[in-house]
Amino acid sequence: MSNNVAIELVNISKYFGNNVANKNINLKVNSGEILSILGENGSGKTTLMNMIAGIYYPDEGQIFINGEEVSIKSPKDAFDYKIGMVHQHFKLVDVFSAAENIVLGLNEKFNLKKAVSSVAQIAHKYGFEIDPKKKVYEMSVSEKQTVEIIKVLYRGADILILDEPTAVLTPQETQKLFNVLRKMKEDGKSIIIITHKLHEVLSLSDKVAVLRKGEYIGTVNTAETNEAQLTEMMVGEKITLNIERSEPNNVEDRLIVKDLDCINRDGVKVLDDVTFTARSGEILGIAGIAGSGQRELLEAIAGLQKLDSGEIFYNDPKTNKVENLRNKTPIQIRDLGVRLSFVPEDRLGMGLVGNMDIIDNMMLRSYKNGHSIFLERKAPKDLAENVIESLNVITPGATTPVRRLSGGNVQKVLVGREIASAPTVLLAAYPVRGLDIGASYTIYNLLNEQKENGVAVVFVGEDLDVLIELCDRIMVIGSGKVTGIVDGRTATKEEIGLLMTKTEDKYEKEEQ
Amino acid sequence: MLSFIISAIRLGMAFLFGSTGETIAEKSGHLNLGIPGVMCVGAAMGCYAEYLYLDAAKRNAVSVLAILIPIAATFIGGALMGLLYSFLTVTLRANQNVTGLALTTFGVGLSDYMINKTGPIYTKGSKYFTTSLPFADDLGWFGKIFLSHGVLIYLAIIIALLTSYVLTKTRVGLHLRSVGENPATADAVGINVAKYRYAATCIGCGIAGLGGLSFVMDYLHGNWEYCIDAIGWLAIALVIFTVWKPNLGIIGSIVFGALYIASSYITGVSFAGKELFKMLPYIVTIVVLIITSIMDKKENQPPLGLGLNYFREER
Repeated sequence: MSNNVAIELVNISKYFGNNVANKNINLKVNSGEILSILGENGSGKTTLMNMIAGIYYPDEGQIFINGEEVSIKSPKDAFDYKIGMVHQHFKLVDVFSAAENIVLGLNEKFNLKKAVSSVAQIAHKYGFEIDPKKKVYEMSVSEKQTVEIIKVLYRGADILILDEPTAVLTPQETQKLFNVLRKMKEDGKSIIIITHKLHEVLSLSDKVAVLRKGEYIGTVNTAETNEAQLTEMMVGEKITLNIERSEPNNVEDRLIVKDLDCINRDGVKVLDDVTFTARSGEILGIAGIAGSGQRELLEAIAGLQKLDSGEIFYNDPKTNKVENLRNKTPIQIRDLGVRLSFVPEDRLGMGLVGNMDIIDNMMLRSYKNGHSIFLERKAPKDLAENVIESLNVITPGATTPVRRLSGGNVQKVLVGREIASAPTVLLAAYPVRGLDIGASYTIYNLLNEQKENGVAVVFVGEDLDVLIELCDRIMVIGSGKVTGIVDGRTATKEEIGLLMTKTEDKYEKEEQ
Repeated sequence: MLSFIISAIRLGMAFLFGSTGETIAEKSGHLNLGIPGVMCVGAAMGCYAEYLYLDAAKRNAVSVLAILIPIAATFIGGALMGLLYSFLTVTLRANQNVTGLALTTFGVGLSDYMINKTGPIYTKGSKYFTTSLPFADDLGWFGKIFLSHGVLIYLAIIIALLTSYVLTKTRVGLHLRSVGENPATADAVGINVAKYRYAATCIGCGIAGLGGLSFVMDYLHGNWEYCIDAIGWLAIALVIFTVWKPNLGIIGSIVFGALYIASSYITGVSFAGKELFKMLPYIVTIVVLIITSIMDKKENQPPLGLGLNYFREER
């Protein structure tokens, strides 16, 4: 194995406004080497890779390729330096064949037959399975990924970046991909792979670089490390946040979720046998790598996601009757007297209408309550003013379009409206995303208040410190499966971190 | 019967120009509803240029110039409309539907204004356009159907075949289709989305404009009628009818032409009945839409990025 450095990053930093995405990152990859980049959500892995691929431009620091300092200003520059990136979201034209997608944008003579044969050649060399004439829309996720990788190789890339390539693959497909990557490594190519899954890191890579909250923690040789050390580097030491947490009282089972299964449009199982109970007077935290099924789970409870199997039972506190929420529409759920307030992940897209003012957005929940054919604006107006006052929303007035407010204030309007309908179950997904510390604490206090009022709060969060301090119980999900439910008062970050990246048993057996 | 087929072909080619032009624009992702306006302006520009040339040349008019000058003027007029559309939608990111409809309204008005300057009779110019091969009449029905037409009719077929070839067999075509299908992907591999959209829309509008000229000169024999926009709407319907394939458009356009004029050749149809007959092209378009939707073949669906403006996400 040769030892020359293929790519080196020195003190790379990148800022988005006041947010630090990457700070003083140092990385080195030799040719014929596989480097894993490990880190939680929002630790800046993808941003860093985008800088190498020419999508972002670093604010500080230097990039060296084969010892020479370079400046990568566009994806085209990156191609010229023989760097290729396979993005998490594939960039392919559906109605084109594999070969057409691969030659797209190249300035060589247009000859599809030749392209088909060179694609087949590359595929043969590294052990891919691909039909160059197959249309992309007929392909499985793994085939699409193969096309993306060959597209990069076809352009002569020597440095390959793969952003979470295994997130969408089955264990068998992952195994195939790894075999291909190992062959590329033998061929002298440098590979950088972003992943959350510890066992993959350990089985595939030569070195592991760990990022945490945009900062570079360190690089270790895979042979000299283990899961425990990597988890510790990834999650860091516990930070005390001093979020008040009251003891739950009047605890009763409010929401009983049993064996939920859900397969999405791509045929991927996004929820797999999810079973849990949410209790009144308690905050149930949900931890997990982004996209592990959190969104689908909350949407299923809110009646927005079609399920393949499983039941959701709701104990009505007024009548003491048990209602089954499965496959009911959101309106039916409300008509049953089941009150669910839902803070979607995508604040403006699903929660609020950007061009409407705060009052009208409040009315979206209450327009059915009117008695005449005209809208009743009095109640929503009072509510809007109430929310603005009590949550300290910074806005010129109640008639300002929501899209003109800053992210934090938009979030406050949404949470305020949802809480105002006096829910018995409150589902909140990433309610503090993009908020500053002060605003985040306002939201935590609101959730705590709801809990004390006997609401069953389900809180999907990203920051483990927050989850541990805020929640009474924490459920961890990984790849749509519940990997564990721990007590928020005694759990440690390492414990949750390990559960988040837990290996599937089936896969481990194949490994050995 | 013979004159029915000939009329259907001549009217059909006006549709074909329009639909080929619109197909090029739609393949780049531009749903250009301004085509009716573009065809009006193109026709008016051509007629105006022909009027000026014949007026200046008097008896010395050369037939090649009498054909080329209006064609060039028409193409430029159409392309300028396309430039306006692209500027509004690509550079200023205006809504495509609104821009297109505004362009139609604008184009119809502008052409009326231009025609009022010269008067609606261009029979002199039309003679140059309807001149056909001298031996066409000697070959009986074959000659009448295939060889008796003016230059624009053949140009329409050549352009349709050429467009079809470029779209499916060349690199430029592949890039253009990728821009219309998935502009983000095209952008990521270094294709200039804005450049392709501007070029496709301008060229497409130029070609569509020729349809207006062909309608006036070939079908109406130089007698301007204020209904060119109706031809434009049918051209847009034809794009759907031919599932975005200009080579299919050659046959499709003749079918449309035949359906549109069928009532005049059937005796005993009342005036109201004739108007109903003119709806037939739209009805068959709806039928085609239903059939392609049921078959759900991805190749026969509109480009995925159709109607959506593209701008790279904030860095």
